[in-house]
Amino acid sequence: MKDIKQNLTQELDQTSGNPLLEENIKISCRKVNVYYHKNVQSIFNVSFDIAKNQIMAMIGPSGCGKSTLLRCFNRMNDMIEECVVDGDIKLDGENIHSKNIDPVILRASVGMVFQKPNPFPKSIYDNVAYGPKLHGLVRNSSELDDIVEESLTKAGLWKETKDCLSKAGTSLSGGQQQRLCIARTIAIKPEVILMDEPTSALDPIATATIEELMYELKSSYTIAVVTHSMQQAARISDRTAYFHLGRLVEVNDTNTVFTNPVHELTENYITGRFG
Amino acid sequence: MNIQQGHISKEYNDELEQLRLQVLSMGGLVEEHFKGATDSLLKGEIVKAQNISKNDFKVNAMEVEIDEGCSNVIARRQPAAIDLRNVFAVIKIVTDLERIGDESQKIAKFASELKINIKTTKFYTGLKKLAKNAINMLSSALNCYARLDVDKATKVVQMDSTLDNEFADLNLLLTNCLIEDKKNIEDILKVMWCARSIERVGDHAKNICQYVVYVAHGNDVRHGNSE
Repeated sequence: MKDIKQNLTQELDQTSGNPLLEENIKISCRKVNVYYHKNVQSIFNVSFDIAKNQIMAMIGPSGCGKSTLLRCFNRMNDMIEECVVDGDIKLDGENIHSKNIDPVILRASVGMVFQKPNPFPKSIYDNVAYGPKLHGLVRNSSELDDIVEESLTKAGLWKETKDCLSKAGTSLSGGQQQRLCIARTIAIKPEVILMDEPTSALDPIATATIEELMYELKSSYTIAVVTHSMQQAARISDRTAYFHLGRLVEVNDTNTVFTNPVHELTENYITGRFG
Repeated sequence: MNIQQGHISKEYNDELEQLRLQVLSMGGLVEEHFKGATDSLLKGEIVKAQNISKNDFKVNAMEVEIDEGCSNVIARRQPAAIDLRNVFAVIKIVTDLERIGDESQKIAKFASELKINIKTTKFYTGLKKLAKNAINMLSSALNCYARLDVDKATKVVQMDSTLDNEFADLNLLLTNCLIEDKKNIEDILKVMWCARSIERVGDHAKNICQYVVYVAHGNDVRHGNSE
């Protein structure tokens, strides 16, 4: 562990794998630094790209900054006092921190699913309908019905809930609630879905359902997922980024990261040699 | 990356170390069988030949046992990176070792059936040289695996082309003997099969060394692929 800390006092030799083609990039970060207080830096000079219609897994030990970085992608950190983000984060080539970007609109384009399912204390129908109504995406109730059905279908929840849409969202099982949250996210037609440990509170079967859903969703959306489960990252992602103490150590296609990682820190982490 | 560096789970370390020791133990047994087979061919030590045939089941049993160990590690640990490459290489290496066992058994069988005095033949020197070099390749390959010695493994891979040339020369000599010595055609054909088996052992040793490179560096150097 001492060696690793010594290693990190210098700038890491970051391994970025095969570069993506410009037209395939959905989100790009360049030299992103995040400070929670003036003297506490939690992200150091991170640069990498997330490809369109792919799943990008962000892995690393606790406190490595992966969730902090994920929250930068839809400016969720704006709501934390004294949190400062600098560097460029671009969505489709446009800087998300530029003055003409409204964070509320940005969060509609870059939706988020959290660790614990957090449905609103409303009916299943209202949970999904809330976003489209708020953002004025519908003109009448029939259009709203269509969006609710489409979103629940995409989230793999329609068959189970079509006859009980007025039931409280909180009455569903954990896995169903998480799928409801995904349906709620996709109801406002985002381009990117951020997932912060979306299955850590679920059992293996519900986890498998969510993973299958992510696989189906990636043809329509770009997905960035933070996970503590390396097996999950290996199963579901196209590319994997490994973070350590706020630094990006390695980003590459998932097959390479899990069979022949370039950086020793990545190798140590994924083989369970330190945690 | 040092494969000896421990995991957080000591039990996982023990499981991987156990696999490594089992492979080395199987390698030792197979090496003993191959040396015994060539001794029985070149020195007429029939008792050794009989022992090899009798004991080949031990090699087969070890292959099954090690494969099962690998399945268990994959199912329970989901190895990644160097651990995955290591388990994968173990599965491949035991297949090569088992085949060396089979080749040794073939050589021993033919050796015990020979009627000619092989030491007085024209091809004795060539056959002895071929066997000596194949034994050397096999021993070196097992040492390379034990120490994960990539430099040495690369040299052993290169040694195979020398062995192939020696085999080609010997084969030519044996073909001439077939034409000249019609009384002993059957025995000469058996020696040809033995030479073929010895050359195959060199190929298996080369395979083992290529897996050593794969475990250590992650690049697949089989089939002349240097990437």
